[in-house]
This record gives sequence, structure tokens and C-alpha cells, in this order.
Amino acid sequence: MLTHFSAVLLFALCVSVVFGITQRADPKKMVRFGLFTFACLVGAVIVISWLMYAIKH
Amino acid sequence: MTTEAQKISKPLPAQQSSLPWLVLFTGWIVPGAGHVLLGKWIRGTLIFAAILGMYLLGLGLQGKIYTPSSDILDLLGFLGQLGMGMGYFLARLFGWGAGSVLLTVGDYGTKFLTVAGLLNIIAAVDAHSLANGRKAS
Repeated sequence: MLTHFSAVLLFALCVSVVFGITQRADPKKMVRFGLFTFACLVGAVIVISWLMYAIKH
Repeated sequence: MTTEAQKISKPLPAQQSSLPWLVLFTGWIVPGAGHVLLGKWIRGTLIFAAILGMYLLGLGLQGKIYTPSSDILDLLGFLGQLGMGMGYFLARLFGWGAGSVLLTVGDYGTKFLTVAGLLNIIAAVDAHSLANGRKAS
């Protein structure tokens, strides 16, 4: 069963693969940028989720 | 002596052939096909897997397939999903996805479908840039 968080992980994975390939020219930089994009997307979701939790409570 | 503006406007050798436009069109119709045409199999396969994955997840979550509409948000959604190329036309032809969002997860599905289309446009333009020499490798 797909949870909210697993949906986020899949979304971030797919987006970071395409961003990594298209936004950099060198294969090593592609991998690094893909990992950076993935970390940014997932990190932003975690931070915003905790912020919403803090606002609610 | 050429100025900076003249250097930028000077056409690149590959721009004179029709290959870049063929690559752009093929990349739009089938995700990653533009890169495969240029011999970049790994990139093409990864792009195909990522965009097809998002597309199938979107359909599985009963995401909405937009149709041309006078409503601006629906029109933007339609343009985004049109970026999927063949995937959009197949969904319309076989009635895949949903006509409207009925489930909560359907909203996620709609986002997956729209972002898949937008990513496919980015990938097709990237293949075009590789073909005309604007991108190094």
C-alpha cells in the first residue's frame, strides 16, 4: 500500500533521475546533482511536515 | 573580429540538419527516445523508466486526465499532461485515469501525471540540445 511518505520518495526519485541527467553534462556531476535534488525534495517535505505539526500543536 | 552577440547567434553545425527536431519530436512522443536516438542508451533508459514510473503511478492512483478547457487551471494541467506525448494520447484513447478526482489519492495521481509530462518536455529539450551541440555531452 502506497503511503504519503512512500509516494513522496517515489516522486523525488523519479524527478531527481530526470533532473540529474538533464541539468548536468558530466556523468559524475549528474549523479551528484541527482542525489542533491533527491535530498532537497525529501528534506523539504520532512521539514515542512514538522513545521505543520508544530503549528497544529 | 566577431562580437559576443555574433558568436551566440552563429548557428552550430548540427542545427542545419533536421536531426535535432527529429530528436525533440521523438523524445516527446516516447520518453527517453531522443537520447536513445543519439546513442545515449543509459540516459534514455533511465529517463524512460522514471517518466513511465510516474505515469503508471499516476494512473494507478486514479489521477485526472485533463482535456482542453476554457478553465485556466484545467488548461495548464492539459498542457502539462500533453508533455507525456504518446502516454497522454493512449490515456485519452483508452479512457485510462479519471475524468475527475474522486479519491484523495487521485489528487496525488494527477500531480504525478502532470509532472511526468513536464519532465518529459525537459528531457526532450535536453536531447535536442545534445543533438544541436548546445550541450556538451
